Amino acid sequence: MALDPQKPLLEVDGVTLQYRARDHLVTATYRVSFSIRKSDRYVILGPSGCGKSTLLKAVGGFIKPVEGTITLGDRQITRPGPDRVLVFQEFDQLLPWKTVEENVLFALTASGRLSGSEAVERARHYIEKVKLTKFADSYPHMLSGGMKQRVAIARGMAMEPEILLMDEPFAALDALTRGQMQEELLQLWEDTRVTLLFVTHSIAEAVRIGNRILLLTPHPGRVRAELGSTGVDAIGADGRKLSSRIESLLFEGEPHGGRAAHE
Amino acid sequence: MSDETSRNPERPDFINDNPPTGFGVVAKPLSLLERVFDRGEVRKGLMLVALALVWEGYARWLDNSLLFPTFSDTALAFWQGLVSGNLLNATVVSVTTLLQGYVLGLACAALLTAFATATRVGADLLDTLTAMFNPLPSIALLPLAMIWFGLGNGSIVFVLVHAVMWSVALNTHTGFRSVSQTWRMVGQNYGLSRFAYVTKILIPGALPSILTGLKIGWAFAWRALIAAELVFGVSSSGGGLGWFIFENKNLLEIPGVFAGLLMVIVFGLVVENLVFRTLEQRTIRRWGMQS
Repeated sequence: MALDPQKPLLEVDGVTLQYRARDHLVTATYRVSFSIRKSDRYVILGPSGCGKSTLLKAVGGFIKPVEGTITLGDRQITRPGPDRVLVFQEFDQLLPWKTVEENVLFALTASGRLSGSEAVERARHYIEKVKLTKFADSYPHMLSGGMKQRVAIARGMAMEPEILLMDEPFAALDALTRGQMQEELLQLWEDTRVTLLFVTHSIAEAVRIGNRILLLTPHPGRVRAELGSTGVDAIGADGRKLSSRIESLLFEGEPHGGRAAHE
Repeated sequence: MSDETSRNPERPDFINDNPPTGFGVVAKPLSLLERVFDRGEVRKGLMLVALALVWEGYARWLDNSLLFPTFSDTALAFWQGLVSGNLLNATVVSVTTLLQGYVLGLACAALLTAFATATRVGADLLDTLTAMFNPLPSIALLPLAMIWFGLGNGSIVFVLVHAVMWSVALNTHTGFRSVSQTWRMVGQNYGLSRFAYVTKILIPGALPSILTGLKIGWAFAWRALIAAELVFGVSSSGGGLGWFIFENKNLLEIPGVFAGLLMVIVFGLVVENLVFRTLEQRTIRRWGMQS
């Protein structure tokens, strides 16, 4: 709260990411910069191969940039930590040997956030927020895909992290459930005002979830644009819908085609 | 075009505001017979009864108790062995030795796996050693063990450790390696210490493989033990089941031989169904990691 609202919470500055595949060194992103303010719903959008998930994992501290820095508050990010909680796309992110409540509790106690009855109370509070109180004692394999993702979100939010990182959390859900989950996520955000960094390849999802949308071009990922969004697919000053502007930015060629080849 | 079809007077839209009710129950409980046959124990129990009947029928038809005694004779010898204490003592001796070897083998496997998980040299060592020693029958080591450890219990325990540790270490290590990347990242994300990471993520995540390793190790240990006792005869603390079988064969007490074999089988069934099955049901089945 004491934070100057204009001062960014997370700053990604000229970050180049590489990872080793079987016999190549792949550059996932090249000199990507952006900054996120507190309580932003910041969406990274791009086609597959633009390194958006790799970028998210770098913010999570799982991958070290070969160039550039990532800072959260005043600290440079060097390793994973419970101040940045990741919600994955995979349904198996819940530990199958723990019940719904134990999964949330585990996060709180393992990280040393809370212990004892305080932890139980917090876990129950967030499980109630995602409307799964009835299933608190169920094991993950008894839940549907959407419910598993809800538990993962509850686990992340219960940590009350400085930033919640979401890696295409709804991509593996059916379209009806996905729409419902987007609605619930926005509702949760209204309640908690948690800072979100959300990765997706769906333009509609980006427009609906984000208040800022970062567009990345593929091979390797570079920043194409950063746009604001109000949650509806509004018509901008140029008379075009936001979604069609995004589409043309992403797919109608780069302004300086083949730039990567010269560098 | 879609507009035209939706206005097609032959196929008007309709909305059902009163879906029919009165369909009775949606979920009907299964009948008693269906529920009884749904239980694995019942089906397997019936299977055992059928096998015993086939045995009895074939042995009666063969009518040669020196080659193949009937089930009832075997059961009688089994009962007499229990009552007289011969069979019971032999079983106690065997199981005591077995447990010593098994536990020691598990400890060795744990050390080896810990080393293999922590370092790459350890992983290479485990791979190489397992490839070398896992196919080597434990009984082949018995002559050497008798030179090293003398004619006591020590030799048999050594052979058992060899029988147990490779398959357990191999399975546990394979299990650790196949723990999902997502679970690993979850563990790191919440800042688990190295020890907590192993106990809270790696071990439960690898439990299906670990349990398989424990089961294979147990079976290997039994085989090695009975074989060793057959060759070795009486160890310092008295004869085990292998010795019981050998002795009865020398006396041409063939039902006694069968009773000894039956004891090995019964013990195997009991451990499999009571210990390992319960363990699986309380853990990996309950967690949906095994169907």
